[in-house]
Amino acid sequence: MDGSSKHPPAVNVSRRDFLKAGLTASVGLTLGVSLPALAEVGEAGPGLAGKDKLDAALAPNAFVRIGTDDRVTVIAKHLEMGQGAHTGLATLVAEELDASWSQVDIVAAPADATRYNNLLWGPAQGTGGSTAIANAYEQMRRAGAAARAMLVQAAAERWQVPEDQIRVRDGVLSDATGGRRLRFGEVAEAAAELWVPDTVTLKSPAKFRLIGRDIARKDLAAKIDGTAQFTQDVERPGMLIAVVAHPPRFGAKLRAFDDSAARQQPGVRGVVQILSGVAVLGDHYWAAQRGRSALKIDWDESAAMDFGSEEIFARYRAQLDMPGTPARSDGDADHALAEAEDTIVADYQFPFLAHAAMEPMNCVIERHADGSIELWYGAQIQTADQAAVAQVLAIDPAKVRINTLYAGGSFGRRANPTSDYVVEAAQILKAIDGKAPVKLVWSREDDTRSGWYRPAYVHRIEATLDDQGLPAAWRNRIVGQSIISGTPFEAALVKDGVDVTSVEGANNLPYAIPHLRVELQTTELPVPVQWWRAVGSTHTAFATETFIDLLARKAGMDPVVYRRALLKDHLRHLGVLALAVDNSRWGKPLGPGQARGVAVHESFNTFVAMVAEVRVNDDRSYRIERVDVAVDCGVAVNPDIVRAQMEGGLGFGLSAVLGSEITIENGAVVQSNFNDYAVLRADQMPEVRVHIVPSAAAPTGVGEPATPVIAPAVANALSALTGQRYTQLPIQRA
Amino acid sequence: MPTLTINGTVHRVDAPPDMPLLWVIRDLIGLKGTKFGCGIAQCGACTVLLDGRATRSCILPVSATAGQAITTIEGLDDASGRAVKAAWQELAVPQCGYCQSGQVLAASDLLRRNPRPSDDQIAKHMAGNICRCCTYHRIKQAVRRAADGLA
Repeated sequence: MDGSSKHPPAVNVSRRDFLKAGLTASVGLTLGVSLPALAEVGEAGPGLAGKDKLDAALAPNAFVRIGTDDRVTVIAKHLEMGQGAHTGLATLVAEELDASWSQVDIVAAPADATRYNNLLWGPAQGTGGSTAIANAYEQMRRAGAAARAMLVQAAAERWQVPEDQIRVRDGVLSDATGGRRLRFGEVAEAAAELWVPDTVTLKSPAKFRLIGRDIARKDLAAKIDGTAQFTQDVERPGMLIAVVAHPPRFGAKLRAFDDSAARQQPGVRGVVQILSGVAVLGDHYWAAQRGRSALKIDWDESAAMDFGSEEIFARYRAQLDMPGTPARSDGDADHALAEAEDTIVADYQFPFLAHAAMEPMNCVIERHADGSIELWYGAQIQTADQAAVAQVLAIDPAKVRINTLYAGGSFGRRANPTSDYVVEAAQILKAIDGKAPVKLVWSREDDTRSGWYRPAYVHRIEATLDDQGLPAAWRNRIVGQSIISGTPFEAALVKDGVDVTSVEGANNLPYAIPHLRVELQTTELPVPVQWWRAVGSTHTAFATETFIDLLARKAGMDPVVYRRALLKDHLRHLGVLALAVDNSRWGKPLGPGQARGVAVHESFNTFVAMVAEVRVNDDRSYRIERVDVAVDCGVAVNPDIVRAQMEGGLGFGLSAVLGSEITIENGAVVQSNFNDYAVLRADQMPEVRVHIVPSAAAPTGVGEPATPVIAPAVANALSALTGQRYTQLPIQRA
Repeated sequence: MPTLTINGTVHRVDAPPDMPLLWVIRDLIGLKGTKFGCGIAQCGACTVLLDGRATRSCILPVSATAGQAITTIEGLDDASGRAVKAAWQELAVPQCGYCQSGQVLAASDLLRRNPRPSDDQIAKHMAGNICRCCTYHRIKQAVRRAADGLA
C-alpha cells in the first residue's frame, strides 16, 4: 500500500479487511484519510434487495453499479412513495457520472443503516421530513463522481493518454481528439481493478446536464401500465392473507373470542390472537375478511376511552386560558398584552386527520429455514422497523431483511414511530410459528379507524397593534398531543418540554414583532397520533397566516404590503411572496363572488407562498378556482417533480379545508371509509400554476411544504369576501 | 365453476358466487394491476371495463359478470386507452401510482363514449376516482390531451 489517499480495489475487499490492511501497512494516513470518505458514500457491501446487482462489473460504493451491459444501476436509499425520490437520487448520480438518463436503472436499497442512513437523521435509515434530496444531494453526486473518475482512469490507461484528455458524455468516454470511444460497459471491468478515489471534484452548476431539467420519472411507465409492484401485489409460495379485528374503541382489550364460525368459512386457514386483536388467515383476502366477519369477540371495554372530540375540544379550549411551556419568548408579550388598551384574539380548532393513503396499510413477512426474516412492503423507517421486528421474533436485527417496495402513498403513515402495522405482521408470523409467509392487509375501514392520526389542536393567538397598525405583541398558545413523546425521536425533538413538531411554524414566526411568545401545553389522550404530511405546520400555518391577515384588515392595510413590512430580514419569504403575487392577478378587478387570499410559510427549510382565487356561491358553498404557487427550495433538481409536489401537496392540504375530519365519539372513530372521510376529488382541484425561484442554494425538500399553505390562502380569500373569520378546519361553508 | 373472459382469455375459477370480481382478478387469477382501495365503490382504484364500461370491481359479485368481456389495465390496448396512456406519460401524471390503473381506465371509458368532452365533463367524470397524491391537475390535462390527440 502506497499510503496515498486511495481506497483499495472496489471489488472483493470488505471494509474490515481493508481496515486491517490499513492498520498494518500504513497506520494513520490511510485510516485518517479514508474513513470519512468511506462513510460518505459507503462501500459496495452485500447483496441488494430484489434485483441483485452485486454481479455488476463496477461497484465502487454503496450507490452505483455499472455492468458490462452498459446499464448503470443506482441504489436508492429512500422510499419512493410518490414524491419522486428515486428519480431525484438517480439524477444526482447520473449527473456526476455523465451517464445517459436512458441507461440508468433504479433499485431500492436494502435495510442497512451502516450504508443507507439518512445523513440528517444520524445512524438511521429512513425517509421523512422532506429530507431525501436535502440529505443526499452531495452524497449521491460524490458516488457518481467516484465511479466516473475510475472509468476515466481506466480509459486513460487503455489509451495511454493523460486523464485530463478524457471526455465523458452520455455514458461514452472519448479522448480529446474524439477519435476513440469507449462505452461505460467496455471499461467497467478494468475500472473495477482500480482504487476508489477519496476525493472527487464535483461539477459546477453551470455544467449540469440533468440537474435542473425536467427529466422523466423512471417509475412512470410501470405506474401507467399497472406493472409497478406494491406490497398489495406481492405473492409468496404458500402465502396466507391476514386481516385483523381491532378493538372497537381506543383502550379496549380482548377478553375472549369464539372463532368456530370463522374457521368454517371456506378458505380460512387459521385464527390467532395477537397483541392488537384477533387475526384471521385465509387463502385470499375475501376468505380472511369473511372469516373476520364471522368472529364473535368479547371486548373488555372497562378501560376504554369514554369520551370524544367534543369533550376533547371543550377541555382544550379551557386550557387556552392557562399559560403553557414557552417555546419562544422575545421581549415580554404577557406584559405588553396586559397593558394594551385593545387586543385582538382568535381561537382556532383543528380536528384529528387520517392519512388515508390509497394503499391501505399492509406488509408481507416470511421466515426462512435459517431463521432469518424477510419482509416486502413500503418501508419508511427501515432501521426502526428492523429493530421492532427483531424484538417481536427475538432475533438479531441484522437477520431482518427488508425489501422496500413502492408505497401507494404514505403522507407520514408508514413512518410509524412504533412500526405498528409491521409489528402486527411479525406477531401474526410468530403466532403461526412462521409456518407460512403472511401478507397482512388492512381494509380501508381498518386504515380509517384503527389509529394514528394528525393530532387535534387548538390555538389562541392574541395580539396588539402599534400606532402604525403593526403588531407590537403576539402570543400564541397551542394545546394538543405530542407526536414525539415516548418515541425514539424524543431525545432529538423534545426540547425543554416542548415537542418541536407541535410548535414548528409558530415558534419560528418570521414576522418582526418585538414582544412575541409561543407556548405549548402538551396533552395526553388514548388516541394514537403521528406525523401527517407537513406535521406541525398543518395547523400553525393556518393559525398564524390567517391571524396576520386579520391584523392587516384591522390595520386597514393590504395583506401583501402588511407582510412585506414585517418580513424585512427574511429575503426568501419575500422572494416567494413576490413571485406568487406578481404571477397572480393580485390587485386586479374581481367578479361578483370572487376573492383572492395570500399566505406564505416556511417548512422543512423550503419557502412557499400562494395566492388563491375563490368563488363563493349564493348558498355559501365555494370552490377554489386558481392557485399561484411560488416555491424556493434551493436548487430544483427536477423542476417538473417540484411542480408536481406543489400541485399534489396543496391538493392534499385542500382535503383538510374542504371536508376531511376524523371525529371520535365515546372512544371510537366515527368515520370509516371514503364515504364519510371526505377527500379532494378531481372536480374540486383548482388550476395550479407553479413558479420556482431560481436558486443556487443547497436543495431542500418539496414533498411537504405546499400542504400547509393552501388552507390559510383559501381562508384569507373567503375572509376578504365575506368579512368573516374562519378559525376551524374544515371550512364547510364560506 | 364460473367462467370469466379477461383481456380476451377465458379463465375458469373456483370462486364463491358472491366473491367480488376484484379479488377473483387479483387473488385467484393473479392479475395485480387492478387495485384495492376502499372496498365500497368509493375510490375507483378497482376500476375495470365490463363490456367496455367502467365498473367498480370491488363490489361486483363474480357471478354477475357471466358472459361479459372484462378488460383490466393489463389488457387496455384500444385507441382511447393508448391515447390516455401516452398522455399520462407525457404529462408525468403518476406520483405514488397506486390509483393510476383506475384513473387510466376511467379516462379511457370517458373518451370511448364521449370523444370530445368539455373540461367540466372531464372533471365530473374523473371525480369518481380518488388520487390521494392529488394528481388531478395533470389528470385533467392529460384527458384533454388524449381527447385532442384522438380528435
